[in-house]
Amino acid sequence: MPVSTTTQGTPIWRLRTTRAQWLGYLAWLAAGCLFLLCWKVISDNTMWVFVEDAGRQGSDLISRMLPPEWTYAHRLWKPMWDTMNIATLGTVLGIAMAFPVAFLAARNTTPHPLVRSAALLIIVSSRSINSLIWAMLLVTILGPGVLAGIIAIALRSIGFVGKLLYEAIEEIHPTPVEAISATGASRLQVMSYGVLPQVLPAFAGISVYRWDINIRESTVLGLVGAGGIGLQLNAAINSLAWNQVSVIFVMIFVTVLASEWISARVRHAIT
Amino acid sequence: MTRQAMARAGQWRRLPMIRDPRLRWGLALGGLVYLLLALSTIDVNWARVAEGAGRGLNFLAAFTQPDFVSRRGDILDGILESLTMTLTSTVIGVALAIPVGLGAARNISPWPVYYLCRGIITVSRTFQEIIIAILFVVMFGFGPLAGMITLAFATIGFMAKLLAEDIEDLDWRQVEAVRATGASWWQTMNHAVQPQVMPRLIGLSMYRLDINFRESAVIGIVGAGGIGATLNTSISRYEYDTSAAILLIIIAIVLLCEYSSSHVRRWTQ
Repeated sequence: MPVSTTTQGTPIWRLRTTRAQWLGYLAWLAAGCLFLLCWKVISDNTMWVFVEDAGRQGSDLISRMLPPEWTYAHRLWKPMWDTMNIATLGTVLGIAMAFPVAFLAARNTTPHPLVRSAALLIIVSSRSINSLIWAMLLVTILGPGVLAGIIAIALRSIGFVGKLLYEAIEEIHPTPVEAISATGASRLQVMSYGVLPQVLPAFAGISVYRWDINIRESTVLGLVGAGGIGLQLNAAINSLAWNQVSVIFVMIFVTVLASEWISARVRHAIT
Repeated sequence: MTRQAMARAGQWRRLPMIRDPRLRWGLALGGLVYLLLALSTIDVNWARVAEGAGRGLNFLAAFTQPDFVSRRGDILDGILESLTMTLTSTVIGVALAIPVGLGAARNISPWPVYYLCRGIITVSRTFQEIIIAILFVVMFGFGPLAGMITLAFATIGFMAKLLAEDIEDLDWRQVEAVRATGASWWQTMNHAVQPQVMPRLIGLSMYRLDINFRESAVIGIVGAGGIGATLNTSISRYEYDTSAAILLIIIAIVLLCEYSSSHVRRWTQ
């Protein structure tokens, strides 16, 4: 603990040494400068005239949104069902693809370090690219529709599920694995009886968690034409029907809250 | 036959995941029915898919020769805008998330404040960034300011929730010890709560920086600034070599972020 002495010779306790203190100030100064620089770039690219009447625009928006046109809700059940399907089927497909990738990426189950880095590359690239970007690409390739949404969600889920699952695999207890291999089991048998039972609870938890995130993400996929309630949202916004937009918002809000509740309950029951 | 007797007869089978057979088969049947129902609603235009397959191959081929040059100016502007948005929104978002997180921690805040802060967190977490971006673009006009506010708003929900959870399971003895010296609320926060949550707060901020960058690549689609607009244009023009270049840049920056954030986390803990 750094201590300095006064002129009378009594020691005073201080949290940091003078040098550390000054370095800290310098770091804060540098961070502040960086922040201001970034702020300047943003402010140069902003039309402040539009910002000045933001309050008026906002209150105008709210007044158009209220009251919500509740009769519009009955036309939303089909898109909502599509949204759920995109999320669920996308999660299932994503899990199916992530499962082998995770086993290839975990240090203790991978057949070869080169295979491991390839699997890690798949995980990273899938994680870096948002499902909306995948959807944009797939819509130009497969055409608009639910299928593009499902595949977009699946591609994005590989990275998430794969990363968490391979971390879980790396943390398993080696003893059961050793015990199974000591019986003369083949590689696949060791996987199925030694590794798999240890990671299954984590795997189920991760899958349900991802499903919950995917419900949230699939609500917007329609903005780029990949099906679901986002299509309706896009149509309503483009026709400036804000009182329909607010109905859609309420539906999304309720659905997401419900899926979050289900996922929390299931994860609680599993672990 | 008991399991042991079966094992002796060489007919051992592992325990099922779900003990109750009725629940087990019920779940399997329900899953199957749902799958059939869900799959039947997908209508695929196979002619369109066949037509697009060539484009898909083009896209994959573009990754082998990404074109960084012909739209260099647009890409540079977009990336710069994305990075500045990421940084400012994370700083502002984290700064705003700290009070909200304190308010949303059950053990240190009174219930009206608790419910208010939990409400803010729920609203911010439920809606995707892009939906919020649409609203803010309507309010603040096109450009990175709307994007920055969107990302800051989303950051509040994310950070405040995790911060509140962290505060809820902090070591209460330290708080009591500091309180016993007669410290004020402010001093308690500063000397008992803050040192306990600080390492995780820094780690989460780094993580959120990474997420904000990834999101900033998307909200450009609705006009909120950043690389997303460039990416969107290049995809709809079928200029897949440029899109491949942008995607590669995004992946590289995310990798860099992840690498440095794992270093920072190791350094703070």
